[in-house]
Amino acid sequence: MRKIKKPLMYLFLIVASFVSIFPFIWMMISSTNKSVEVTRGSLTLGSNLLVNYRNLVSNTNFWQVFGNSAFVAIITTVLGIIASSLAGYGFELYRSKSRDRVFSIILMSMMVPFAALMIPLYRLISQMGLINNYLAIILPGISTAFLIFFFRQNSKMFPKEIIEAARIDGLGEVRIFFSIYMPVMKSAYSAAGIITFMSTWNNFLWPLIVLQSPNKMTLPILISSLGSAYTPDFGVIMLSIVISTLPTGVLFFLMQKNFVQGMLGSVK
Amino acid sequence: MKKDKKGTLHQRVNRLGWGFVLLSIVSIGVFVFYPMIQSFITSFKSGMGNNLEFNGLDNYKRLLTDQNFRIALKNTLIYLVVQVPIMLLLALVISVMLNSTKLKFRGLFRVAIFLPSITSLVAYSTIFKSLFTNDGLMNKLLLSVGLISEQINWLADPFWAKITIIIAITWRWTGYNMIFYLAALQNIDTQVYEAAELDGANAIQKFFNITVPLLKPIILFTSITSTIGTLQLFDEVVNITGGGPANATMTLSQYIYNLSFMYTPNFGYAATVSYTIVVLVVGLSLIQLKYGGDKREEN
Repeated sequence: MRKIKKPLMYLFLIVASFVSIFPFIWMMISSTNKSVEVTRGSLTLGSNLLVNYRNLVSNTNFWQVFGNSAFVAIITTVLGIIASSLAGYGFELYRSKSRDRVFSIILMSMMVPFAALMIPLYRLISQMGLINNYLAIILPGISTAFLIFFFRQNSKMFPKEIIEAARIDGLGEVRIFFSIYMPVMKSAYSAAGIITFMSTWNNFLWPLIVLQSPNKMTLPILISSLGSAYTPDFGVIMLSIVISTLPTGVLFFLMQKNFVQGMLGSVK
Repeated sequence: MKKDKKGTLHQRVNRLGWGFVLLSIVSIGVFVFYPMIQSFITSFKSGMGNNLEFNGLDNYKRLLTDQNFRIALKNTLIYLVVQVPIMLLLALVISVMLNSTKLKFRGLFRVAIFLPSITSLVAYSTIFKSLFTNDGLMNKLLLSVGLISEQINWLADPFWAKITIIIAITWRWTGYNMIFYLAALQNIDTQVYEAAELDGANAIQKFFNITVPLLKPIILFTSITSTIGTLQLFDEVVNITGGGPANATMTLSQYIYNLSFMYTPNFGYAATVSYTIVVLVVGLSLIQLKYGGDKREEN
């Protein structure tokens, strides 16, 4: 029995891994091919990479859009993890009955589907005059219930004696947060950072609604509009997907260890 | 004197506590709870663009006879009922396999299966669209191994278009859910399994009698988050099929988007449709909590 089961398990995992990775290989191969070759399912490397690149940068303002995406994602990530970790820390280390109640109300906001917020949020943002302004994306992203919850869970493991010792040494509460808590919680910060960066970098629906001018758009909007063209050029599209997936891919591989550790902290 | 000092220290700490959380409370209040309430009020209004007037329950009556709403609701529920259980079971099975210490290349398998989670929804949807064209790789592959005898019209057939979307979502989210299970599995004491093995339990018995019950809280968490995610499905459908053929793949979120930004804007009715998602999310979560949760509080 045992002897049959083990190879079967490896076979299953190898197939699952292959299926998971294949679309990545496919997009890289396809970025070197002509559109017809992509839709015909060609699995051989083509020689059209440079032509695809030239078409991409001449038919679209690709690098400007790339810059837009980077700007929005970086600002949202930095502000988001600072604000949410402040809150997670506050809720966990300064516990009070009323704050616990507020915390459970905030948790409820995780259940609110974005579809139900979309319209009033759009009207609110346009009343604030923020259509076509990146603040329309950055401001709602500053604090999310998920990140607050994440940091609160991780704060449970933070040794509270350190705080007591620092207080005796005369350090202010805010100083304690920035110079002691933040460095100790490095892995939680990088996990939260990756999660926030990826979700902002990949966000489609909300930017599609609030960024209406072509020179403000972000990568997912550009890729989507290339894909929904009457005759989409799949070689060009695949190249744009390869380039736009690179930052999140590199980030993930650089911070892989911290990422898994941070996730573990949130489940414990 | 002493009491006084303690009192002020307590107050000071309390003020600091509010100080730490204030920014987040304001932000979530303004950008989640305020729109949430506005959306509810708007759902009783009608009119073009921003000129909205109260019209009582008319929007809700309109829901009952709206053919497009019915299609969108049906499609969304099909995705939910078919896709979420398959994905979660798959994630659970993979994570149990990857948790075995005897397994070689664990890290490699884990990274590979998690990798789809780094892609943007638009990007992977477009990749799947290119794989599922008529002359595309998927058909070529199935034809060459003899599983099908003629090309499947993946993107233009109402049935196969839904299947394509289900395959795509499963590809993207299985690894993501797997990470949660893996993390939770590491908290299970291996002695429990050893004891079960001594009692002669096989792998399947261990899976259903130990792993699943012990992971219940996290399974519940992933099934609720997946339910919420699926009820809001938008990016995939827009980018793989555009909602077609003839609305056969259109979801509720897409219908709301169309009502607000594609057709003549009708924010009032769109808000009414969006509240059906709220009702579904709350209702389905409560059902899952009731049947999936136990009274024991999780720490």
